[in-house]
Amino acid sequence: MAEIRNYTLNFGPQHPAAHGVLRLVLEMDGEVVQRADPHIGLLHRATEKLAESRTFIQSLPYMDRLDYVCMLCSEHAFCMAMEKLLGVDVPLRAQYIRVMFDEITRVMSHLFGLAALGLDLGAMTVFLYCFREREDLFDCYEAVSGARMHAAYYRPGGVYRDLPDAMPQYQPSRFRGANDLKVLNRNRQGSLLDFIEDFTARFPKCIDDYETLLTENRIWKQRTVGIGVVSPERALALGFTGPMLRGSGVAWDLRKKQPYEVYDRVDFDVAIGKNGDSYDRYLVRVEEMRQSNRIIKQCVDWLRANPGPVITDNHKVAPPSRVEMKSNMEELIHHFKLFTEGMHVPEGEAYAAVEHPKGEFGVYFVSDGANKPYRMKLRSPAFAHLSSMNEMSRGHMLADAVTIISTLDIVFGDIDR
Amino acid sequence: MMSPKIQRLNDAVAKLLGERVVSLSEQHNQLTLVVRAADHNPVCLALRDAPELRFEQATDLCGIDYSTYGDRPKDGAVRGTRFAAVLHLLSVTHNWRLRLRVFCPDDEFPMLDSVIDVWPSINWYEREAFDLFGIVFAGHPDLRRILTDYGFIGHPFRKDFPISGHVEMRYDPEKMRVIYEPVTIEPREIVPRVVREEHYAGDK
Repeated sequence: MAEIRNYTLNFGPQHPAAHGVLRLVLEMDGEVVQRADPHIGLLHRATEKLAESRTFIQSLPYMDRLDYVCMLCSEHAFCMAMEKLLGVDVPLRAQYIRVMFDEITRVMSHLFGLAALGLDLGAMTVFLYCFREREDLFDCYEAVSGARMHAAYYRPGGVYRDLPDAMPQYQPSRFRGANDLKVLNRNRQGSLLDFIEDFTARFPKCIDDYETLLTENRIWKQRTVGIGVVSPERALALGFTGPMLRGSGVAWDLRKKQPYEVYDRVDFDVAIGKNGDSYDRYLVRVEEMRQSNRIIKQCVDWLRANPGPVITDNHKVAPPSRVEMKSNMEELIHHFKLFTEGMHVPEGEAYAAVEHPKGEFGVYFVSDGANKPYRMKLRSPAFAHLSSMNEMSRGHMLADAVTIISTLDIVFGDIDR
Repeated sequence: MMSPKIQRLNDAVAKLLGERVVSLSEQHNQLTLVVRAADHNPVCLALRDAPELRFEQATDLCGIDYSTYGDRPKDGAVRGTRFAAVLHLLSVTHNWRLRLRVFCPDDEFPMLDSVIDVWPSINWYEREAFDLFGIVFAGHPDLRRILTDYGFIGHPFRKDFPISGHVEMRYDPEKMRVIYEPVTIEPREIVPRVVREEHYAGDK
């Protein structure tokens, strides 16, 4: 009689399905997972410690580098926490711009998550389709901030600048004929808002395409239905938020329950799942993309009709315009102090949370009145989600562990901070 | 001025905990409760199970080292107030949040009771606070380091830990392996930390 023992399997840290640098130590009985022990921290950059030695505004671009597939949402929580401490108001137009870009970011993140989930389960086509649409959204980022990914576009008190009037166009080159160029630039003739509106018009059709490939696909269902089931009570106890919690059937969405910015003025529905398995989480994310598309469309319409300032006129927080700065002594002082010493944030503490594409992303500031935060704590949703990996994958096959990691929708910049 | 909802939460917490409340204050429409370390676990249990509060989710646990708060001299700090753990609680039923702060009684060996039995989600957050601040959570079943490297020495988020760390790592071609050496980075500060007088930044 052969002796049968459990054996330990090292999954990652350089495994393509580990979504980054996850080292997962799996204790296997045959092909069944008995225990999963995620080792994280391989991407730990001590963002919170770094923030303590930099001024508030210098830490803002670090937020992009946390969850590097949903950049602006993290910035949003950072700015909201600062605005709470400073007591500054955000102009309405800036609030709409923020909501629009939050939703663009949500679509980007879900597209990436869907692409990665498809790839992990062997559906290569979805990956290509999703990345095609994601590229258009990167162009929106680039048009508004100059950077494709790490936008650093939000500021405490508003956004850095107003939306551009012209969308950048493809330039002629010897690889592109005149006709190709015309097709590529077809939806880039007007402003950024025109481009986004065109996107919202064609995007629902794209989602239909993804769903045609996946939703009723027999193999897809075999790989996802009943995998990693979490009951609603357990999901709450494990600290789940966002699509993970909604997939388990808890109708909890910060955009509805604790509305920030103008989420109480836009019309959208919250998608929830029934069974709490990987398939439901996939469906929730797909439906969220449709809802985000609705919100983006509403924001575009509002922004078209309502011009106005996009950043607060409190020059202790936001810099004055170049013209004012060069013609007015007081504004020159403001400008100089802001860019040398930074803004001073009153003593106190504040926690601000946003509905990040992956769940509740919170920023907790403790300020002692200096120009640098005394302590900054980032509450990342995926940290709590990954900590339940052991519980979710126990009793599943090795291939299902990959599905579970993928539906957790984790990004390591966010978990390791 | 508290909003009616915060006032209601404030009254419910004060009534439920009574003597055990060390302080209960509101700022920016957020309520902060401070309790003693000895009461930590029972208070958490009460906050979770009381039907009028029902904090069924612990969203975050944040360790804080208060040793240089407001640039106060390190030796002038009151004993037993250096390390604190700050919990952020969320009630999905009532849709409100509460911040719960507990100071560790001993600065030399900061220790608190683990609340992992109350909220399983706190597991990794307590490991993180242990890793970064050295706060020991008694009763935690698996208190290992989580974010720092295997074999890391020290608790990097303490205020007396330099931002550049103590060791750096490189590949040594002669020994054909990765080696650790003392850091060669000069500590530098580009923008000094400044605390201005009151009302400097236009705060109310």
